[in-house]
Amino acid sequence: MTTPLLSVRDLTISFGANRATRAISFDIAKGETVALVGESGSGKSVTALSVLKLLPPAAQFSGQILFKGQDLITAPEPELRAVRGNDISMIFQEPMSSLNPVHTIERQIGEVLAIHRGVRATAARKRTLELLDAVGIPDPASRLASYPHQLSGGQRQRMMIAMALANEPDLLIADEPTTALDVTVQAQILTLLKTLQQRLGMAMLFITHDLGIVKKIADRVCVMTNGQIVETGPVGPLFADPQHAYTKHLLAAEPRGTPPLSDPAAPAIVDVADLKVWFPIKRGLLRKTMGHIKAVDGIDLSIRRGETLGVVGESGSGKSTLGYALLRLIPSQGRIVVLGSAVQGRSWKAMRPLRADMQIVFQDPFGSLSPRLSVDRIIGEGLAVHMPRLSASERDERVVKALQEVGLPPEARFRYPHEFSGGQRQRIAIARAMVLEPKFVVLDEPTSALDVSIQAQVVDLLRDIQQRHGLTYMFISHDLKVVRALANQLIVMRNGKIVEQGAAKDIFEAPQTDYTKALMEAAFDVAVVTPSLDPPVTPASLPLV
Amino acid sequence: MTDQAQQAAVLEAPRNARLSPLNRRRWSNFKANRRGWWSLWIFLALFLATLGSEFISNDRPIMVSYKGELLFPAFVDYPESKFGGFLAVTNYRDEFVASDIAANGWAVWPPVHFSYQTVDGFLPYSGSVAPSWLIGWEEICARYPLQTADPNCNWGNYHWLGTDERGRDVLARLLYGFRISVLFGLTLTLFSSVIGVVAGAVQGYFGGWTDLLFQRFIEIWTSVPALYLLLIISSVIAPSFWVLLGILLLFSWVSLVGIVRAEFLRGRNFEYIAAARALGVSNLTIMFRHLLPNAMVATLTFMPFILSGSVVTLTSLDLLGFGLPPGSPSLGELLAQGKNDLQAPWLGLTGFFTIAIMMTLLVFIGEAVRDAFDPRKSMG
Repeated sequence: MTTPLLSVRDLTISFGANRATRAISFDIAKGETVALVGESGSGKSVTALSVLKLLPPAAQFSGQILFKGQDLITAPEPELRAVRGNDISMIFQEPMSSLNPVHTIERQIGEVLAIHRGVRATAARKRTLELLDAVGIPDPASRLASYPHQLSGGQRQRMMIAMALANEPDLLIADEPTTALDVTVQAQILTLLKTLQQRLGMAMLFITHDLGIVKKIADRVCVMTNGQIVETGPVGPLFADPQHAYTKHLLAAEPRGTPPLSDPAAPAIVDVADLKVWFPIKRGLLRKTMGHIKAVDGIDLSIRRGETLGVVGESGSGKSTLGYALLRLIPSQGRIVVLGSAVQGRSWKAMRPLRADMQIVFQDPFGSLSPRLSVDRIIGEGLAVHMPRLSASERDERVVKALQEVGLPPEARFRYPHEFSGGQRQRIAIARAMVLEPKFVVLDEPTSALDVSIQAQVVDLLRDIQQRHGLTYMFISHDLKVVRALANQLIVMRNGKIVEQGAAKDIFEAPQTDYTKALMEAAFDVAVVTPSLDPPVTPASLPLV
Repeated sequence: MTDQAQQAAVLEAPRNARLSPLNRRRWSNFKANRRGWWSLWIFLALFLATLGSEFISNDRPIMVSYKGELLFPAFVDYPESKFGGFLAVTNYRDEFVASDIAANGWAVWPPVHFSYQTVDGFLPYSGSVAPSWLIGWEEICARYPLQTADPNCNWGNYHWLGTDERGRDVLARLLYGFRISVLFGLTLTLFSSVIGVVAGAVQGYFGGWTDLLFQRFIEIWTSVPALYLLLIISSVIAPSFWVLLGILLLFSWVSLVGIVRAEFLRGRNFEYIAAARALGVSNLTIMFRHLLPNAMVATLTFMPFILSGSVVTLTSLDLLGFGLPPGSPSLGELLAQGKNDLQAPWLGLTGFFTIAIMMTLLVFIGEAVRDAFDPRKSMG
């Protein structure tokens, strides 16, 4: 075997007394893709940033990071600068915040070229056009003067890639480059990265938490947990026969199981007809309404008792808005009947008796719990509103019961949200909804802020509670794997409208519309993406040197 | 129930007197700022001392034993008939009363025998008298019937900071003046904070037209020249403590509205607010329980500065002669006298140093509070 391009030896990074990584070692050969997989807090991003020494000065290193035989840890700053963006470049997770919003595309890509190559003016423009063309931005000449906010999320990430590739690096570090993107766009970006990598023969260090992506893109994989690499190996054998307990745990963690069978004869609990949420666009001096943003545009649906309706769609499809409108958290037009009572047109006060029966669990467990209240006050708040006659001890009893139901110890009620992990917080949020013994619960992406292994636990918990109490769910998610594990019925939304609607099983097995097909393919089989959604990458446009 | 309560108590116990970790960190940040920490203690000591001004400087004894009866003249107004006189209120400094008490018991006097409006009748010369330590005992006691041998020629009648032109003791006026300034400032701060927070909360929480109309109103309101209006009003209405407070309150409440409004505007989009709304919690409860704690940091940070601002406003009105009613002890009036009587530098200097020290202490405390609440410091 030839000497590796990058060789990390016994790297330990510590912040004061905290150790982010403990003596990790791995190699990347030329042209190889190595994936670093782990859950949040496993130290994978710190490792990625340490290769270019982009960590804050408080970080202390020991060990070696050898790039083409040169130790980057001891290298002086000017030499590092010559490496950064030239031999090794990086793509970050969130394309909006990693691009400077006040500079045009041309300027940002031109900057990289000017620093390392001294290429300026017309030469730089020519090269920028080549790059934009290579990353599949249609009509690049017209895009040169655009600012990042004028591009879509996928286009921004393409731009980041163009910047990273400007100097044909030998190694590309991609730190969760697709996490912030929708599934279909995710697939396009991965395909693009793979194609470009093969064409340029560069190596790639790919950081991700998503095992599905690893399977598709990586040659070798390193599994990280608690700052240590616990298992390393080629992707195929490692996935087929994991050795370490943690790897097995990760692989087993994908949400599994099937939704409980629902009774097709059960009465409909939620009935919605022609629901519209339109936000007016007002312009001019007199704030005249010029048009509407149609977040939810004429939705009809009904959910039977004990059933789970999955609502899937990409960001901006209006799925969360639909959930909010059902609970009258935002104003809407159209008929909403929940448990036989019309919801529309009621005053805030008249809504209150209904609210005990219809609850919501939010996406971000860090944002949905008030940081200043103890857990028993958070859970007990709804009780105080809906059952004001309960004595303090009765209320306490119910809070304890709700906590036990979501698998938390009763002592948890005296603590504050910040003392819990993400998964535990989401359990608290579920307990807050469940303590009122609702009949209908809207679950707004309750798992998407959580690590995979925790996602599976929360999905199991939700299914368990549903069976025990015969609850009706509306499950909103962009993650089809989770939806498949929970939903009986399915709605696929796009631009505020229903694209496809029916029994979840039928849709998963045989999607009817092109959009649903694309979604399914992107979610369950990343590599096989229909190129029709993606402007093709023309091979001719890459005479890079 | 008791079992649960015990369990609760056990679990609560290690949490350091129910102070959340964040607040504990803020408190230690505040303590770490030595300047602010000492300023707080000095200011508190001065404030507490002046709260008991009656026991430091008064023209009547704290306690009197008269014919076997214990009397507390500092708290109770006894008619002079009690001591064989005929006035409605006893003048304990009067030679006749003093000798009567001395003959039939004893009296405990505060260290300084003057109240803020006591006029010393035995001053060596007319006009402002210099601090007693600048002139000898002979001169101080020149007007007493027995000169230096007079029983009234004692430390209690010593003018540590001199007198003003009406023969009133400057130290006594300073003590009472400091107290009323701080009390006025605190009351004004409290009321304007309450009104400001409520107004800001309503604007920020409801937004839309409420916010828009309220903001335009505040813009118009703050463009009213407050000082001129104050001068006009106080020339029509006889200013008392509460009237003055009310007038100043008309304009001081707006200072907090902006910050609180911004905090509420930001906070009302949090998911836990949406969660509370989905639970059916009333708007008022949401505002108080969930949103107000967020706005409190900004409010508390501003409070010391509002306090010092209020004190300055009162002082400046007093200086101009539109403040507290004539005769009240006030720092502004002391400064005005010092300005008019440059031959008596002790007036101006006393007023200047008192206000300068008070403001410095308040600003130091305010800085320490601001730093303690700084999220960049309390997070790291």
